[in-house]
Amino acid sequence: MPVFHVVVCGGLVPDPLQTLEPVQGPAGWGLKNESMLPAILDPWAASALFEADSLARANPGSRVWLVSAAPKAKLQQVLMALAQKAAFELVAVDAQAGGFSDAAECASALAAAVNSIAGLDRSRLLLFGGWESASRGAGATLAILGEMLGISEQFQGVDQASPKPDGSLEILERVEGGRHQVSLLSAPPALLGWATGSLPEPPNNPQVGMLNMRSAMPALQKAAPSRLTGGGLALSSVELPSQRRDTRVVKDMPEDQVAREIVEWIAEK
Amino acid sequence: MTPSQPEFQRPSMRADVVCVGFGPATAGFLMTLTQGLAGADGAPALESRVMPGAPPQVLCYERADDLGYGVSGVVTRGRGLKESFPGLDFGSLPLYSEVAEEQVLYLLDPLGASRRPALVRAADRLLKSLPFLARDHAFRLPYVPSFLHKKGGFTFSLGQFNQWVGGLLMSTGLAQVWPASPVAGALIENGRVEGVRLADQGVDARGNLEPGYLPGMDVRAALTVVGDGPVGQVGRQLDRHFGLPKGAQRHEWAVGMKAVVELSPDCPLKPGTVIHTLGYPEPEIFGFLYVYPNRLASAGIFVPSWFDNPGRTAYRYLQHWMQHPALWRHLRGSEMKSWGAKSLLESGIRGEPFLVGDGWARVGENSGSTNVLTGSGVDEAWTTGVQLGRAVVELWRRGLPFDRENLEKAYVRRRRSSWVEREGRAGRKARDGFQKGFVQGMLGMALTGFSKGLLGWPGRPLQPHQRVPTLEKYAAGRLDAAQAAELRRQSQAGGRGVHDGLMDAAGWPRPTLDGRLLVSHQDALLKGGKVRASGRYADHVVILKPELCADCGEKVCVDMCSGQALTPGADGVPVFDREKCVHCGACLWNCAKVAEPATGQTNLDFRAGAGGLHSAEN
Repeated sequence: MPVFHVVVCGGLVPDPLQTLEPVQGPAGWGLKNESMLPAILDPWAASALFEADSLARANPGSRVWLVSAAPKAKLQQVLMALAQKAAFELVAVDAQAGGFSDAAECASALAAAVNSIAGLDRSRLLLFGGWESASRGAGATLAILGEMLGISEQFQGVDQASPKPDGSLEILERVEGGRHQVSLLSAPPALLGWATGSLPEPPNNPQVGMLNMRSAMPALQKAAPSRLTGGGLALSSVELPSQRRDTRVVKDMPEDQVAREIVEWIAEK
Repeated sequence: MTPSQPEFQRPSMRADVVCVGFGPATAGFLMTLTQGLAGADGAPALESRVMPGAPPQVLCYERADDLGYGVSGVVTRGRGLKESFPGLDFGSLPLYSEVAEEQVLYLLDPLGASRRPALVRAADRLLKSLPFLARDHAFRLPYVPSFLHKKGGFTFSLGQFNQWVGGLLMSTGLAQVWPASPVAGALIENGRVEGVRLADQGVDARGNLEPGYLPGMDVRAALTVVGDGPVGQVGRQLDRHFGLPKGAQRHEWAVGMKAVVELSPDCPLKPGTVIHTLGYPEPEIFGFLYVYPNRLASAGIFVPSWFDNPGRTAYRYLQHWMQHPALWRHLRGSEMKSWGAKSLLESGIRGEPFLVGDGWARVGENSGSTNVLTGSGVDEAWTTGVQLGRAVVELWRRGLPFDRENLEKAYVRRRRSSWVEREGRAGRKARDGFQKGFVQGMLGMALTGFSKGLLGWPGRPLQPHQRVPTLEKYAAGRLDAAQAAELRRQSQAGGRGVHDGLMDAAGWPRPTLDGRLLVSHQDALLKGGKVRASGRYADHVVILKPELCADCGEKVCVDMCSGQALTPGADGVPVFDREKCVHCGACLWNCAKVAEPATGQTNLDFRAGAGGLHSAEN
């Protein structure tokens, strides 16, 4: 049975249901009341974490770390929900990282955090993260991080990673037309940028939560502060994508008709 | 809840303090407690009682998937809050605005559809004959009575405030607040509360075990703090087990339903404007409009349990209230950003339960802290939490057990000598007159308010099910018996309440939906946020005796359901759809049948459940 050391990298994003308003402050661009907005682990990274948890449980002896760069207090709040869903060891970087951060600078802070993990076996390393990010959709940080860590095997848009008894992995990456490209990874290290995966959100387990928080609290308290300066990044303009919402409730409508109406609706816009 | 159900290996752990629910009361408690437990350097100054040598183990379980999830803009005088945060720039709180202007509007009925007593109709005629007094069918009271005004107060987002407090207190490392963790009940052993049991997971809607069953953990604690709100499962369990103090009653309720709206760019209302309304759409329904910065506002109504209408509905009445000319001139062109509803325990201090016992204490709305005269509850709830926090720190430092006697001395005495108690007592008679009618109620409010609690209009509060009229009686004069029976039949066949039929017959025009502010009820849920309903828990709305429902002619639970989660079932037993439930709890007190006469338990129980409505903007 192969043993993996899975490092999941994920940042925090405001709960997507909140109304977000970009504002420019003395420290650059940010979101209005960002510190007050409810936050969640970036949904793409959350998929990666649940996949990592599942992989580790299926392969005894494996370990999972969650590396996250975020304001410490906010991270703690998010962990209270997240820690009940999957077992992991936390590596926290106390930083104001978000959609306006410079991806390379953020990747550099994460690389330092990954390199500081005691007991991490690079020959077993699977670096997980989101293929994209809900903070801005570029999803560049993970790829840059992989480069910085010298991981040349990179897969993006991953929906499935199936380990074989010899330690290799069959990896399904999304390609056009709803198809997957199937690759065989002979051995770690590798980087996997996850799409949605196929696992449902795990149930809350208070015991897992308590266990996680016993190690997460000290990790939070000793989280190294990392000041992201912007790295020379200049944003010429910031705007929210326009949204339009037409909601109606239908019952007993055939799926084909629902699909047809949605296509027509999109075509009208 | 007893510990004698060990069918499976039920996990268990010990803690010093376990809290149920994370609302303003528990937030105030934990904030004060963690400050008291910390030394000057922020490290724990006291040690755990259950794990000597370890830091205090303080846990809080909240059923919602996140902290401060609900639609929650409020206006408050904020005395307790300001005292707790002397150095805080309150201006940094989301939706904060100092109260700049306050109005009370008496709304006339421009449609002639409202059921108004003769005296009210006479007053309306008089006001209509003096148009300079009643602009846009509304009469503005010349001043706001002292007991009602929020002068010196402010608006803010309670939800986002609670988020912020949650982060603050967890950053101390002295408390953990666990969201998405519904508490099934208290562990009561030999008259003492020994902690709580979390809800089982991996069960079907009826609670039957399924693959992946995960028994809810027992959390045993030296002190259990119950702050689970007006319809909280644990608070009601304690009431059933220990009873209520002599003379206490919890008969008066209301559902508050509101929307956060973005006002149109040409709306002239300034941030800090607070408008209270009465008189429309029915005299029994009160409304409010609070204006925040950035053209945001909260607009909503309260529908009380003494509104004797078997088809009472909050949602459609909210739409009519918004369209009253005096409000529509402000709300026209607005867009609904968020929407939600909650129950309010309007018995106030009359409904105060036993506040403490061996191993337990109660704070917040469930403990009777809401002031029914001033219409204020958030600051009062927070302050009761602060009082308990100080008491617990005192007992902890002195090494005294958390038993009834010590909690009485340390917590209840603090509460009795505080402004919360003093003002609550002054308001205890304020609502009695409404038991007799709207006019008597208004006179009673004025008498109580101006006499500082000495006077009131007499009225004996009845439980909602004791006063709800039959459909035929309510509709008399508008529908004959055959028409009422047909309405009931159509309601049953169509899987909907009777309120539309009743309101149509009364002359209320069906609202014309604009897709922005005036949207269908289901669209309000969708625009309001998302309903989270984990399938791994049992249904939290349970009909105890289906045969009583089959025989029930007034299914108020269906009409009053804030999310249309309850609909008439084929056999006359309402069907519950948890995917639409916003956890307002209105079904509990709107049920027209009693399952347990000895306790007054209605035929519909509201139990522990995860999720609820997560507002899009809170």
